[in-house]
Amino acid sequence: MALKGFAGFAIRKVSRAVITIFIMICVNFVLFRMVPGDPVRMLFKDPRVPAEIILAMYERFGLTGSLWEQFGAYLRQLFVYGDLGYSFSRSVPVVELIAGRIPQTLLMVGTAILIAAVVGTILGAIAGWKTGTRFDSIIVSLSLGMYAVPTFVLGIILLLFFALYLGIFPLGGMTAIAAGLTGWAYWKDVLWHLVLPATSVLIWYVGAYVIVTRNSMQDVLDQDYITSARAKGVKESTILRRHALRNAILPVVTITGIHVAWAIAGVIQAETVFGWPGVGRLMYSSVMARDYPVLQGLFLLFGVVLVLANLVVDLIYGYIDPRIKVGGGE
Amino acid sequence: MSRLLKELRSVKESLKLLMSHKMGMAGIVVFGILGIICIFAPYLRTIDPMETGVIENILQPPSAQFWFGTDHLARDVWSQTIYGARIALLVGFVAAFFTVGIGTLVGLVAGYFGGIVEDVLMSITDFFLMLPYLPLMIVLTAVLGPSIWNIIFVVSIVYWPYTARVIRSQVLSLKQRAFVESSRSVGASDSLLIFGEIMPNVVPLMFAEAVLMVTSAIYSEAVLAFLGLGDPTTISWGMMLNFAFQTGYIGRAPWWVIPPVVCICATIIAFTFLGTAVSDIMKPGYREARGL
Repeated sequence: MALKGFAGFAIRKVSRAVITIFIMICVNFVLFRMVPGDPVRMLFKDPRVPAEIILAMYERFGLTGSLWEQFGAYLRQLFVYGDLGYSFSRSVPVVELIAGRIPQTLLMVGTAILIAAVVGTILGAIAGWKTGTRFDSIIVSLSLGMYAVPTFVLGIILLLFFALYLGIFPLGGMTAIAAGLTGWAYWKDVLWHLVLPATSVLIWYVGAYVIVTRNSMQDVLDQDYITSARAKGVKESTILRRHALRNAILPVVTITGIHVAWAIAGVIQAETVFGWPGVGRLMYSSVMARDYPVLQGLFLLFGVVLVLANLVVDLIYGYIDPRIKVGGGE
Repeated sequence: MSRLLKELRSVKESLKLLMSHKMGMAGIVVFGILGIICIFAPYLRTIDPMETGVIENILQPPSAQFWFGTDHLARDVWSQTIYGARIALLVGFVAAFFTVGIGTLVGLVAGYFGGIVEDVLMSITDFFLMLPYLPLMIVLTAVLGPSIWNIIFVVSIVYWPYTARVIRSQVLSLKQRAFVESSRSVGASDSLLIFGEIMPNVVPLMFAEAVLMVTSAIYSEAVLAFLGLGDPTTISWGMMLNFAFQTGYIGRAPWWVIPPVVCICATIIAFTFLGTAVSDIMKPGYREARGL
């Protein structure tokens, strides 16, 4: 091992992430070529379309030349121009299309994770503190249930009950477009539309936080310093706040990063059910339209987000964990 | 023969242990009901779930003729719900079989041989773990074309790395044990050591993984089907919801929506509980704590 300590650890992790992303880019290219049939012919089913236009379309989608030439062109486009090609169904650059959807998704998933982290950590800590009690067993079964139910099913249940039956929340979308609201009224409207999709994502996350915090709380409570604090006669509530919770929270921080893959899955489902105009809904409409360039772009986006999130978690962990700092091991 | 008897006795014992666990019992009950429904589906007053009816029967609420009403093509929702159980369990079990099979093989080989073999296999495993699983399944299914077997293939491709990791770490610790060392010293071959000595010891773990993978596969099929990537030649619970959603009747035809929602929830929660129970009873000290 050439480099020791945190610097070496970080360099190894970063280079690994870069390699992973590069392989993802290659997989992305291969996947696209696996599409059965001719994508251009699929777009232009009319035989009267002039040959020049068909040829121009092949060029536009990077489908001319041998596979190696296509691969070279694909890499050049991606790295030199940051270009992901053109959408089949909308005739706009994929990058533009995706970039326009990212803020809405961040707003939705950010709200969901924030609320879930607070609620889930508190519930999980109490459950871990009171292991074996009735409260604990109810919370654990509920969390497992919430953790298991697919987000789209949860979304449909929320939609049926709160939007259709009670009528207190809108059916979908992000704003009441016809109302033409501005300023405060606009944001209040967005928030009102946000409630149901964010809830369907956050319920899953609450379950995840509860389970992780509960386990980590149980581990911490078994430690010697808790026993000795108790022996010294420190009040239970003080032990909970000062000693237990603070240490139990560490693994909780990392699950936010590790569960990014699940968050992506949740976002795709929730945005589809509620028509929230983010990247998840874009994925659904691209599946429907078999818009392969957009699908590939989204796949790459999600992959890169996942790799980066895991890299950040790894680096934080490596920075905190003294064994890695000193030994340089993994 | 005596070995078989011993195995059977230990299976019976594990089952008893599982039934003493509340969540395990709940899981077994739901699973049993599903199994019965799947086997006797044709005799449960069902008709062909794909058979379209006459115009007058479109979107009819539940009645004596159509217990759960009809959908937008006048198909019987009751029959779709019953046959949906077959699709769910078929995808769940076949995909779990392949997932656990591939994962165990990779985990055994990587853990046993170590060195460069392990490095290569584990790098591949880690790469697959790094892919965002739902987008990958969506893209693959869209590219390969939606069919039951493609969905099973896609699910297996996505989930095997989880099993491979779990099995490998178990093999790493088993490899050090005395019984493996002693077999090796009398000249047992690699394949005999892997499949004859080590593998029997990871069977309980394989079982726990299989329960998890059945859950993941049923979940995945439901999500893919809801996103419009279900096999068009059959009908599954996820597809029922997709049709209700796409046609815009989701709010107006609750009889069409509630059965698949209840079935998906019940099935997935039951298998999750079963998985929790299995991992609980496999923890060292569980038997003793219960006085068993």
